[in-house]
Amino acid sequence: MKEPLETARSPSRAGISLFHPSPEAELNITTTSRWDLWLEQGFTWLLCGFALSTVVLLFWISWVIYQQARPAIQEYGLGFLWSQDWDVAGLAFGALPYIYGTLVSSAIALLIAVPVGLAVAIVTSENFLPLAVRSPLGFLVELIAAIPSVIIGLWGLFVLIPVLRPVQQVLYDYFKWTPLFSTEPFGPGLLTAGVILAIMILPTMAAISREVLLAVPQELRSASMSLGATRWETIFSLLLPAGVSGILGAAMLALGRALGETMAVTMVIGNSPYISASLLDAGYTIPALLANEFPEALEGLHIGALMYLALILFAITLLVNIAAVLLVWLIGLQRGMVLNR
Amino acid sequence: MVFSSTTLRRTVATSVVTVTLAFGPLLSAIAQTISLSGAGATFPEPLYQRYFAEFQKKNPGIQVNYQGIGSGGGIKQMTAGTVDFAASDTAMTDKEAAEVERGVVFVPTAGGPVAAVYNLPGVSQSLKLSQEVLPAIFAGQITRWNDPKIAADNPGVNLPDRPIRLAVRADSSGTTFIFTNALSAMDPYFKGRVGADKAPRWPGRPLSAKGNPGVAQTVKRTPFTIGYVEASFANENQLQTALVENEKGAYVAPTIENANRALENVEFDPDFRVDFEKLGAPADGYPITGLTWMMVYKQYPDAAKADAVKKLVQYSLTEGQALNDDLTYTEIPDEVAQQVIQAVNSTVTTGGSASR
Amino acid sequence: MTATPADSNPEVLAAELKRPLPKGRVLFSTGMSAIAFGLTGLALLPLLAILIEILRQGVPHLKWEVFVSLPAPAGMENTANGFANAILGTLIMVGIASVISIPIGVMTGIFLSELGQGAGGSSPLKAIASAIRFIATILSGVPSIIAGVFAYGVIVLATKQFSAVAGGVALAVLMLPIVTLTTEEALKLVPTSQRLASAALGANRLQTIFRIVVTSALSGITTGVLLAVARAAGETAPLLFTALFSQNWPQGLFNPTPSLSVLIYNYAFSPFVEQNQIAWTASLVLVGLVLLISILSRLVTRRNLMR
Repeated sequence: MKEPLETARSPSRAGISLFHPSPEAELNITTTSRWDLWLEQGFTWLLCGFALSTVVLLFWISWVIYQQARPAIQEYGLGFLWSQDWDVAGLAFGALPYIYGTLVSSAIALLIAVPVGLAVAIVTSENFLPLAVRSPLGFLVELIAAIPSVIIGLWGLFVLIPVLRPVQQVLYDYFKWTPLFSTEPFGPGLLTAGVILAIMILPTMAAISREVLLAVPQELRSASMSLGATRWETIFSLLLPAGVSGILGAAMLALGRALGETMAVTMVIGNSPYISASLLDAGYTIPALLANEFPEALEGLHIGALMYLALILFAITLLVNIAAVLLVWLIGLQRGMVLNR
Repeated sequence: MVFSSTTLRRTVATSVVTVTLAFGPLLSAIAQTISLSGAGATFPEPLYQRYFAEFQKKNPGIQVNYQGIGSGGGIKQMTAGTVDFAASDTAMTDKEAAEVERGVVFVPTAGGPVAAVYNLPGVSQSLKLSQEVLPAIFAGQITRWNDPKIAADNPGVNLPDRPIRLAVRADSSGTTFIFTNALSAMDPYFKGRVGADKAPRWPGRPLSAKGNPGVAQTVKRTPFTIGYVEASFANENQLQTALVENEKGAYVAPTIENANRALENVEFDPDFRVDFEKLGAPADGYPITGLTWMMVYKQYPDAAKADAVKKLVQYSLTEGQALNDDLTYTEIPDEVAQQVIQAVNSTVTTGGSASR
Repeated sequence: MTATPADSNPEVLAAELKRPLPKGRVLFSTGMSAIAFGLTGLALLPLLAILIEILRQGVPHLKWEVFVSLPAPAGMENTANGFANAILGTLIMVGIASVISIPIGVMTGIFLSELGQGAGGSSPLKAIASAIRFIATILSGVPSIIAGVFAYGVIVLATKQFSAVAGGVALAVLMLPIVTLTTEEALKLVPTSQRLASAALGANRLQTIFRIVVTSALSGITTGVLLAVARAAGETAPLLFTALFSQNWPQGLFNPTPSLSVLIYNYAFSPFVEQNQIAWTASLVLVGLVLLISILSRLVTRRNLMR
């Protein structure tokens, strides 16, 4: 600090007396002045108020959505969750196809992004490559996170779908006996949406896993290697188990992002509100439905059904987040017990 | 620490500059232009963008903004009062119109054919689809391209052994209404299974996309799909377009001439809406032809806005009509246009505090 | 330590050390390396493909006029075509979102880090802080479309106008948790010894927080803010039914406002080739803007690390 403390708007008594010693002034360093105390109290409450606004915001959002969802909640109750009908004209609404599409496309994304993200994290955190190479490499992967999702959707529509179509054809030709690839492919669909989502959540997965692996002390690596383990044996028997809670947390965060993604998905999933076991078939997700139908939903029940779906999406993301926190906590607990023993 | 405070100062300075840059022109622009904001049908969007650009050149004090969000969206935002005018290909039903507190005037602006478009690699000539086949495809009765019924109308065309995928609208749409309305007139089974609606329940797991542009892109990029879009979207995207059988048994293309022929005998109601059952079954011309409406409030909060709306309607129905042909839309007959202008001039007022 | 047989015989030890690894282990190692590098390559592929596509499609139409003119209506030739209004609109809305979310987010971050944990905080504050931290995490997982629904319900329906303010509020909801959580992380990195030293010199808590802790963590906080700004600038879904779009210059904060991301979404599907081209050029500009912000935030952090 260049400037002395007294120039602060809230002069500290102790500071003043130090710099202007006078016979009657007592040097008091044991108690804080009342003014300071007030200021500090006030400040604490101010900060607390700011912080509470976050809480207010979350409940406000939930309340606004719940208010609008009420007609549908009253009409359908929990049956909404497993009803498959979606008929705007006939005012009959059911959530299952959308929940299914949201979960399946996110699951595909996770299935692809977790191994790939881990590979990126390992390559960029361990000493396979010189530091000058692996640092920019990690940065490059993280750049994907900076590309707006509408642009990734645009790319998916114009570039990815034509590339994936022959792949889908091969899957269909050779695996049509499994329910997963049992329909004739046409480009957009659950699989395509899963791949797009995987690309989008990859940076989250890779960056956090990398941090986690880097946090494992270097000594542990050295110890493992000096005992004769190869690099990969060290990775599998030491690094990954040590980082498992962080990696799981990363996967959960990535899943949360995949569940809520809107624009890129609606451009490549086909927007078809039916349940099909085949990943080559089109699907629909909750955010995509909201983007397509919310601006023109007119009937209270239609808006209600859409908001009910928003509430369900909210609940799913909430569960995923809670699961992430719990997992990290549980694993930490276990680890702690092992170490204490 | 020295470095940090420099960063701080720099950050502050940069933000001040940014904010000034961002808001400078804004403050000067706010000055006195009247701005009209509209939203609704995507069917006439290219036409309206053109109208309003020309209109603004002639009326520098008025800015008009139009966004295609679908006819259903137009009706919703009109009812919610978040726009100054809206557009819809179905006008409004009586029930919908009753819910608009500030009252609504219907302004027909254009008409146009809705093309049945498809993507069949390797098929070069236009498919002929009869009044029996087309509804059957969209009602889910014909599910493969090499169906004998399609083949019968198209001798010599090498139809692939592939399933037919429908590509429809994801949003509530006037184009969908025009299309299903016409198909309902062709085939009672279709009328019962799908029916004339802005957002019907389609059979056979269709792909869906938002707006005419979305459906056009889906069909363009996805082989073996069939969908429907306003004809200008089909032309601009160079989509394969079907010839559809009309009442007289001729297979006709969705052109302006054929659309004009279909609209020749349309009669407008006193409030300038039409009888959709008649519109869906024209005696001649292209059988899937619709009209589109601008919808303005009867009451505006201030006189300036009311005047601007009147000017806009006047322009759209006079000079604007000359642009219709360029963009493959039909024109509204002169005498109807004059009546509409008169009606708007006499009913649109500065009605107190409006709905606020 | 007792000598093992190998210790007693140096030659056996040397032979043991020099013995090549069993084939299986070598194979496993090489195989895993190949897989890891293959997957990393696979991860880079889409990024490069996207960047190349944007450059290939966007650069040919990147002219000065796109930065200064308004979007031309379809089918009008020889008219300057651009998206200056959308750039301005994006700046305005991100600006509004920043004005709302940055002060609240930074203050909340300070609360979480300085009052809500460590030796200084009393226990009720700690409990509040961990609850708020959890809620901020939940908030960071709120799908962007829901932020839009919220802003539509609260602002658009109340003001009867699609507006820049509604768009800004929706974006602020998305930015707030990012700013909060990254601020907390940045403050946590400041060593406790600095806080103690400040207190020992007689500074009260307020002085310690603002003159010592926040100042040292400023670059970290800036990084978080920039990341949040980058995220907000690229969002489309929450703007679709809050800010809508406009073909004209923004007409004040309570009117429909254009943005780059909505322009891209609208024009990507447009039947008109020139609008598709504009969509790619706008993508190039938006990606350039967002990458610039991201890289800037990187540089800020790096300087911090080197210091």
